[in-house]
Amino acid sequence: MFTRHRGSEGRRPSRYGNGETQVHLRGLLTENLSLNVEKSGATAATGGSSVTYGRPAPSESAVVGGEYEGRRGLPGAAGRPPSGMTQSVVVQVGQCGNQIGCCFWDLALREHAAVNQKGIYDEAISSFFRNVDTRVVGDGGSISKGKICSLKARAVLIDMEEGVVNEILQGPLRDVFDSKQLITDISGSGNNWAVGHKVFGSLYQEQILEKLRKSAEHCDCLQCFFIIHSMGGGTGSGLGTFLLKVLEDEFPEVYRFVTSIYPSGEDDVITSPYNSILAMKELNEHADCVLPIDNQSLFDIISKIELMMNSGKLGTVIKPKSLVTSSAGTSKKRQEKPFDKMNNIVANLLLNLTSSARFEGSLNMDLNEISMNLVPFPQLHYLVSSLTPLYTLADVNIPPRRLDQMFSDAFSKDHQLIRADPKHSLYLACALMVRGNVQISDLRRNIERLKPSLQFVSWNQEGWKTSLCSVPPVGHTHSLLALANNTCVKPTFIELRERFMRLYKKKAHLHHYLQIEGMEEGCFTEAVSSLSALIQEYNQLDATKSLPVEDIPRLSVAV
Amino acid sequence: MSIVTVQLGQCGNQIGFEVFDALFSDSHCPQKFCSKRENEAYQASCKERFFSEEEDGVPVARAVLVDMEPKVINQTLSRAAHSGRWKYGQHSHLCQKQGSGNNWAYGYSVHGPRHEESIMNLIQKEVEKCDSLSGFFIVMSMAGGTGSGLGAFLTQNLQDQYSNSLKMNQIIWPYGTGEVIVQNYNSILTLSHLYRSSDALLVHENDAVHKICAKLMNIKQISFRDINQVLAHQLGSVFQPTYSGEGSFHYRRNPLVDLMEDLVPHPEFKMLGVRNIPQMSENSLAYSTFTWAGLLKHLRQMLISNAKMEEGIDWQVRPPLSGLPTLGKMPLSKELHFNTSIANLVILRGKDVHSADLGAFKDPALYTSWLEPVTAFNVWKTQRAFSKYEKSAALVSNSQSLVKPLDMIVGKAWNMFASKAYLHQYTKFGIEEEDFLDGFALLEQVIASYSNL
Repeated sequence: MFTRHRGSEGRRPSRYGNGETQVHLRGLLTENLSLNVEKSGATAATGGSSVTYGRPAPSESAVVGGEYEGRRGLPGAAGRPPSGMTQSVVVQVGQCGNQIGCCFWDLALREHAAVNQKGIYDEAISSFFRNVDTRVVGDGGSISKGKICSLKARAVLIDMEEGVVNEILQGPLRDVFDSKQLITDISGSGNNWAVGHKVFGSLYQEQILEKLRKSAEHCDCLQCFFIIHSMGGGTGSGLGTFLLKVLEDEFPEVYRFVTSIYPSGEDDVITSPYNSILAMKELNEHADCVLPIDNQSLFDIISKIELMMNSGKLGTVIKPKSLVTSSAGTSKKRQEKPFDKMNNIVANLLLNLTSSARFEGSLNMDLNEISMNLVPFPQLHYLVSSLTPLYTLADVNIPPRRLDQMFSDAFSKDHQLIRADPKHSLYLACALMVRGNVQISDLRRNIERLKPSLQFVSWNQEGWKTSLCSVPPVGHTHSLLALANNTCVKPTFIELRERFMRLYKKKAHLHHYLQIEGMEEGCFTEAVSSLSALIQEYNQLDATKSLPVEDIPRLSVAV
Repeated sequence: MSIVTVQLGQCGNQIGFEVFDALFSDSHCPQKFCSKRENEAYQASCKERFFSEEEDGVPVARAVLVDMEPKVINQTLSRAAHSGRWKYGQHSHLCQKQGSGNNWAYGYSVHGPRHEESIMNLIQKEVEKCDSLSGFFIVMSMAGGTGSGLGAFLTQNLQDQYSNSLKMNQIIWPYGTGEVIVQNYNSILTLSHLYRSSDALLVHENDAVHKICAKLMNIKQISFRDINQVLAHQLGSVFQPTYSGEGSFHYRRNPLVDLMEDLVPHPEFKMLGVRNIPQMSENSLAYSTFTWAGLLKHLRQMLISNAKMEEGIDWQVRPPLSGLPTLGKMPLSKELHFNTSIANLVILRGKDVHSADLGAFKDPALYTSWLEPVTAFNVWKTQRAFSKYEKSAALVSNSQSLVKPLDMIVGKAWNMFASKAYLHQYTKFGIEEEDFLDGFALLEQVIASYSNL
């Protein structure tokens, strides 16, 4: 039923809103700024600069403990004034990846248009967008301060068939993308991981490297790559994971966060289990953090929202500006497909994930803190996510009951973006990222309230990481993103393995893969062992669930 | 003599601002109970310690601000500048773009060496502005990455480069229910390192201050700013000027040396806590009167029953009978009912301060047997009232009161360490299992030493 990763299947209808929406959006941005662009003399450090000693010289003398450079920004080109914050680059691969990516950019623009009243290019915007002076020929010199001239997404778009990317370039967002940051082919990967990974991987490796380096050069302090793809097809799955290895080798200090759409049970791409398992091995080995998502869960969430809307329950009405379900706005019927709304949920996930790094708050949480706190062992880096509330409430002061409901919902199995029930599984760690008018006392009250119904692993009983960002998402007064490192991902992996084994036992369709150079049966057996090892880790953790928590005997010291 | 403050990380900078603000506000508070000359001497002394003068007359805090990401420092600088009353030096800060990611190892092994020179230069500049330096006051949290890791690195550096000056570290103890998942690891590493290089650790617990906000100050939706302001008030009541001795009317010159002498008789015992009463909302204050006898009685009971605030004090707790030797090691599984002290310092500010009777604090039963009360107990006074309180009493104590929180942190960290969770995040930057073990060993020793008083 969900064929997001189906390769080369003809044109898909345009789905990026109609022209009017984009003009309106542009209007929001251009209204607020004069079209007189300041001279782009982007060299002098201004008074607002936060670094008084310039860029400190990299320490050549012995670093305590060894030669670690750790995570840092890449060396910037000389003369570029320091911006205050870090940047991220989005790499969207394959049909699904690009569709979601496009939604993300649309929402990001809207969010910044709503938050940034003065049209000044500030640090928050710079995390995802460059400010380009289009009068300058060539690459478009970057302007790092002053009024917004033309925003370009920090993105690289990759697809091995042209349909989706072409639509993007003809659609309302065409000017947001740098035409040089695209890699496309025409033939598609035929839903074959091996074609995506091996064939296109080697064919496009140089180009990929070049585009990535370019996008990194435009960043003053690149912190993170966000990769968006699906697992079940050929390009997103194969080329998307090939990319991970490239990123790891070329930019070892930059985080790799991967948003992966896993195939649902009714997926009609027969080879999706093969593609997914082969891709999983790469995710296990080369991703820092993976946010697994499945279409069925997204669909169920959309259905719930529509049910609530139609029944008129609670008098909720989706506000025109709500970013949760639709980038175009109201219930106007247009050529919408179910996955428009579904993609928007994923796009919101990414926005909320980065909000505390982009905007101010009383308890900030940067992207490097996500990995630090939520990944206790390198291989256990799969995070189940939930977004609440899903619908806009009437714009009045929310009484505490509503606020607490938001927290309760975050843990319910109906709100997870993947088929999972965290409440009945074991938590290794949990992050709560709150946006809007919520204070530390609200957060603590809800943690105390919900803790007894959740099971945390014995060595991390207080495994909570929290953040408070004061800027709410557009159309809401507050929102919550919960990220859980929880054994509830296990069933998804087990099911995937079962579907794989059903095919593999019969050697069904295997020849399509084996005929690709570089592929052999070993690839399959290794991939499934890698998954089995991961499942085993989760099993071992689950086994500790019902055991009483015992304190480990402490060091005894002579008194 | 002057104190140079170093504010580190989000927590350190947010608190540092509130401290300077509290010191400044107090020193400009209208005074009813002391002479004008007295007040001027107080103000001058406060100024010498914490502020330097600039041409435009606006006092400049003697502070260096350090953070690895820019948002908080920007806010702190502008809050100070906008107040128009005092400010930070224009070139007294260092910040970077990317924080420490809650990673102690990153703060210690990467940021530390990388920015060592720049930070020490900033500190040197601040020191040169002082006529004479009493020492350093370093404000930091234990739970995060910058305050904790970079703070530990920096304190070591200060010990090397300024070996004749004292260092007092103001440490924020995180909430028990996590703010940061790896906070216990970060705390172990911070405390064990600081124990070797700092002269005294002045501890404030978020949980305790939060309760004060809730119960005594009656704040409904408590924010971090509320917490920081209560904390700053407590610190102000310790650091503002007091007379240099009994019968003297000159303000003491070297507060840090005096604090160390009075409170840290032995390097094995350097963990200090602060209690300050009264502390209440302005509304309540209008309807309250205090006597020294009442305040001191409460303070003493808070000390021996290990209460952190004035409400809910357990009056059942009594000191062991005088003259009997103190018991041997008490098993930690039992409640430590009676809080034994090594040393106590009471600071009294306000009207009729000389009439206060401190006899109850000189009871030998309060103290460990190897120190005489005459050495273990000290009192500082001034007639000049503090902030809006006609009478206020602060108690800085070196006692067993931090054993239980410390034990809890060590226990949780140990459980996590046994499973090896998160260790790869630290070994990545050069902090190995042995470093953790060293930390655990040192802290178990501290716990044992304190428990055996």
